[in-house]
Amino acid sequence: MKKLINREPGRVGKWALGLLPFVLLAICYLVASDARLEANPNDKLLPAMSSFVDAIDRMAFEPSKRTGEYQLWVDTVASLKRLALGVLISASIGLVFGIATGTIPYLRAGFSPLITGLSLVPPMAILPVLFIIFGLGELAKVMLIIIGITPFIIRDMQQRAEEIPAEQVIKMQTLGANTWQIVLRLVWPQVMPRLLSAVRLSLGSAWLFLIAAEAIAATEGLGYRIFLVRRYLAMDTILPYVVWITFLAFIIDFTLARYSRWRYPWFHGAQ
Amino acid sequence: MAAIEIKNLWKEYGDQVVLERLNAKVEEGEFVTIVGASGCGKTTFLKMMLGTEQASRGQLLLDGEPIAAEPDETRGIVFQRYSVLPHLSALRNVMLAGELSANRWLGLAFGARRRALRDEAREMLESVGLSQALDKYPHELSGGMQQRLALAQTLIKRPRILLLDEPFGALDPGIRRDMHKLVLDLWQKQNLTVFMITHDLAEGFYLGTRLWVFDKERLDPQDPGRYGARVTYDLPVGNSDKGTLQSISHSVDSTARALA
Ligand SMILES: Nc1ncnc2c1ncn2[C@@H]1O[C@H](COP(=O)(O)OP(=O)(O)OP(=O)(O)O)[C@@H](O)[C@H]1O
Ligand SMILES: [Mg+2]
Repeated sequence: MKKLINREPGRVGKWALGLLPFVLLAICYLVASDARLEANPNDKLLPAMSSFVDAIDRMAFEPSKRTGEYQLWVDTVASLKRLALGVLISASIGLVFGIATGTIPYLRAGFSPLITGLSLVPPMAILPVLFIIFGLGELAKVMLIIIGITPFIIRDMQQRAEEIPAEQVIKMQTLGANTWQIVLRLVWPQVMPRLLSAVRLSLGSAWLFLIAAEAIAATEGLGYRIFLVRRYLAMDTILPYVVWITFLAFIIDFTLARYSRWRYPWFHGAQ
Repeated sequence: MAAIEIKNLWKEYGDQVVLERLNAKVEEGEFVTIVGASGCGKTTFLKMMLGTEQASRGQLLLDGEPIAAEPDETRGIVFQRYSVLPHLSALRNVMLAGELSANRWLGLAFGARRRALRDEAREMLESVGLSQALDKYPHELSGGMQQRLALAQTLIKRPRILLLDEPFGALDPGIRRDMHKLVLDLWQKQNLTVFMITHDLAEGFYLGTRLWVFDKERLDPQDPGRYGARVTYDLPVGNSDKGTLQSISHSVDSTARALA
């Protein structure tokens, strides 16, 4: 018999093993929920499946009595807009500054200390400042995401740009490239797939900042809704929202990963 | 006037003398093979030719002028690895030089110019035996194919000087022989001046037109960095005898042991 370290599950085995913890968790939940509801039918902490179905139906498929909107979709669109805007702006800033400081020693000397300093400021600590400067509107929430993840992306991009082998930078020069052409034809294309990984890594924080900002000041949004219904201990709404957010996060991550593999085969093939 | 003149060239890193009192003249079109013990400064010399390292003392002249202190189009290079760009297909790697000169800002070519570049690149790839691999990325090519691609990419630019730092060191002897034939072929066609470092002394002895042996004339076993290496043999290739080969081999080996 082979050593454990050399044994691998087959295709079916992999799926079964992967699903097993989810199934176990679901069973645990059902058993615990049943036990609590039996003791107290009004218990709110672990609602039964039927309450979830009701809540989901109410939030997603029936117009709200107060506003006439389908709440889950309104919240989702509002949150995704903020997230997309924040991440897109951060990624663009990160790309430009990362390449600039990673490639040009003079720019690195000028900007690196500033960027390092900024990246150490805890974004949540300046949230009040953002609200004061930008008001309670959309801009403040998007700004929090930007302030939260841009320094990481810049630093990551800078490092990736610096990692490009010196041989290749020399090669470009012997082929007649000027500085700008080296950026455009060597550095930029090579850091693009790395930008996608950096974005994937920072999406977790982006969600965190988004939900935090929405919890404090918003009139719609996934984070806003969770914190609103918390007052009524509405676990039947909160948990489906959490699952939905997780699902959205998974889909975004999965899509970015797939896109990267399709668009940059040389990057994934060489690894 | 010789194309390249080396006048009393020294290279030191801190206290360590790597190269000392190098003097030589190289004519346009010569093929200089460089051998020597590991760590004796062959790559350092090539880097000075390339412009990424500067001499500590002395002069390195190209056409009577100090050679440019940064890499440029006059000098092409093939490294042992990382010479080709991983994000471009073989064809695009070879088209790159033309694209860069076609447009200052974009580094890209369009229309008829682009088609011409592509045809030229195809021909070049064919001459190094890569016509089957036009659309492959470097990571899909074997080590030997990557080095042939690097040669094609460099030579399509028609540099005056070609620098090769053990470009085939990682390849099997059989493939290495093919690559040598290829280099000699391209060298004759383009009237290049070639400097090629190799680890294989016997190989250096039969390739090209001139053999340089880098070695330390004076060697302090307690402090190998005290004296630098010089060109101890400068031989026209082809008319040297077996005895010379053995005596060079012996002296390079003893330096190698002292440096190890
Ligand atoms: N940037 C540097 N700083 C300090 N010392 C260096 C530097 N580059 C090279 N050296 C030293 O210079 C000496 C010569 O190095 P070089 O790379 O030229 O050797 P080489 O002849 O090419 O060896 P090999 O055959 O192993 O490639 C070595 O002792 C090395 O330690
Ligand atoms: Mg070397």
